[in-house]
Amino acid sequence: MKFWKYFGLRVLTWALTILIGVTFIFFIPRMFPSDPVENMIGQMQSRSGQMDPLEMEHLRKSLRVQFGLDGSLVEQYTSFLWKGLLHFDFGPSLLSYPEPAGDIIMLYLPYTLGLSLTTTLLAWLIGNFIGLLAGFRKNKRSSKILEGIAICIYPIPYFIVALVLQIVFAFILKWLPLQSTIYANNGMWAYITSILKASVLPAVSLLLVNTGWWIISMKSLSSSTAEEDFVLYARYRGLSEGKIGKSYVFRNSILTQITALAMSLGGVFNGSIMTEIIFGYPGVGTLIQKAILQSDYNMILGCITISIVAIATATLIADLVYPLIDPRIRYS
Amino acid sequence: MKKFWKNANMRLKVGMFMTAFFMILGFVVYFIPHVDPFSYNSYANKLPPSWENFLGTTSMGQDIFWLLIEAIHNSLAIGLIVALIGTVLGVFVGLLAGFSGGVLDRVLMVITDTFVVIPSLPILILMTSLMKGSSTVILMALVLAMFAWAWPSRQIRSMALSIKERDFIYTAKFSGEGTVQVVLTEILPFALTWSLSNFMNATLAAIASESSLAVLGLSPANLVSLGNMIQWARTRNAILAQQWFWIGSPIVATVLLFIGLFLLITGYNDYMSMKRGR
Repeated sequence: MKFWKYFGLRVLTWALTILIGVTFIFFIPRMFPSDPVENMIGQMQSRSGQMDPLEMEHLRKSLRVQFGLDGSLVEQYTSFLWKGLLHFDFGPSLLSYPEPAGDIIMLYLPYTLGLSLTTTLLAWLIGNFIGLLAGFRKNKRSSKILEGIAICIYPIPYFIVALVLQIVFAFILKWLPLQSTIYANNGMWAYITSILKASVLPAVSLLLVNTGWWIISMKSLSSSTAEEDFVLYARYRGLSEGKIGKSYVFRNSILTQITALAMSLGGVFNGSIMTEIIFGYPGVGTLIQKAILQSDYNMILGCITISIVAIATATLIADLVYPLIDPRIRYS
Repeated sequence: MKKFWKNANMRLKVGMFMTAFFMILGFVVYFIPHVDPFSYNSYANKLPPSWENFLGTTSMGQDIFWLLIEAIHNSLAIGLIVALIGTVLGVFVGLLAGFSGGVLDRVLMVITDTFVVIPSLPILILMTSLMKGSSTVILMALVLAMFAWAWPSRQIRSMALSIKERDFIYTAKFSGEGTVQVVLTEILPFALTWSLSNFMNATLAAIASESSLAVLGLSPANLVSLGNMIQWARTRNAILAQQWFWIGSPIVATVLLFIGLFLLITGYNDYMSMKRGR
């Protein structure tokens, strides 16, 4: 019974987060003085000279429909929630008119999810492993060196790590291509190898930063757990160091790290966007950049709505899985 | 002061030293009279480093050294403004929610939690792309501050909740102090240590966000910031032309600034927890 209450509350929070987030991105553009329709008409006029006023009125009307800007604010809002949030229909993309923006995003989303989820999990595993060793044997020189490296890498913004890797490995050493290209039409094998080749540098830069963080946090967690009384008691009982490390220190510090994993997903997504842009990796980040350059508002709105839903859902899943792993939790 | 120096850990010392170095570059060296690094063709193009131009010049004849100093100044200024707004607002909302309780608390917390979870970068991208071209430094700082208050407010609220049940608060209340008085004299000192650490964190986050937006071409075009400086060098092919001082100096500066700030934060946290006797 208690589990269901916890479950219900979490789902409610999830829905509220998405609703507030989406409401936010609905109202922000409407608070700004700049009107995308007028911007587009202005651009068209500067490109092809003055237009017939009647024709222009017609154009303005049809553009308003396409951008979801017709009708009262309430009508716009409900139709945005209904179409955008529930059906991922954000209207046509301007980049590749008249294809729906939602469809294009769905083409790019798997690449971003693949890249960010793989690197997140790998970084979490590697970082926690190294962090545990470093925290458990914190007086060894190797622990201190590893932690020092982590401290020097973690605070650097994602795109700088990406940029440095790009300069060193793609430009100076020429091991990998400067920009990612994925060949979708040359058969399965070429497709897979091109994806792998395109993902190496983006994945490594995401991995470096994330692993750094997990090393730092796991090290401080496990070194404080290692000083708790129950660990001391285990030592007095004459348990082996390996046993103490595995069943006492690891079991107790990893639980905090699972919650932290859920909290970190938003940040990983941000990092993935930036890394993709540096390498031209074909994911949502690159799509957002293209959409910004072309002022494709439907596309920008679509990418942002989907990313909010994706991150909120990932957090929800992590929250729901957590009590299955931690026996101490009491669904509060 | 002497005692502080003796007790301070290595990280705190190194972090303070590095941060102070950048503060001096950004707020002291910056005011030494120099040629405006933003205007083109002040010098010959693509000069190598020399006594006149410490780091050489760009393809547009700008002095890289002064461009860098100006970038450090602006990035630090944006970071500090955002962190100040975010921390003050966060402490205020957190205390308000923690002490009022009831409906106000619930509403404030739902909003705060949403802001904690919502991915900030996409929304920042949306806002800045809407004001593309017309945004200013102040506007930029305000937009970034929108995402800087939620985390501190959540933390301060839980701090307030745990403190408000303690005996000394009741003692203060029974001896006739008003709520405002209690908050100011009894609770704020507790929140202050944490706020300072959060302030430094927020500074770091704001500089990172600004430079991320700059790489997307969404930072104000006339703002010489670390991110914009990197972006300009990138779009003008400094990598292909191997102008390493141009692209390298803002990268090295950003990396050092971030490591310095991070060491300062973790060192400060360790120092405070040691002082509390843990």
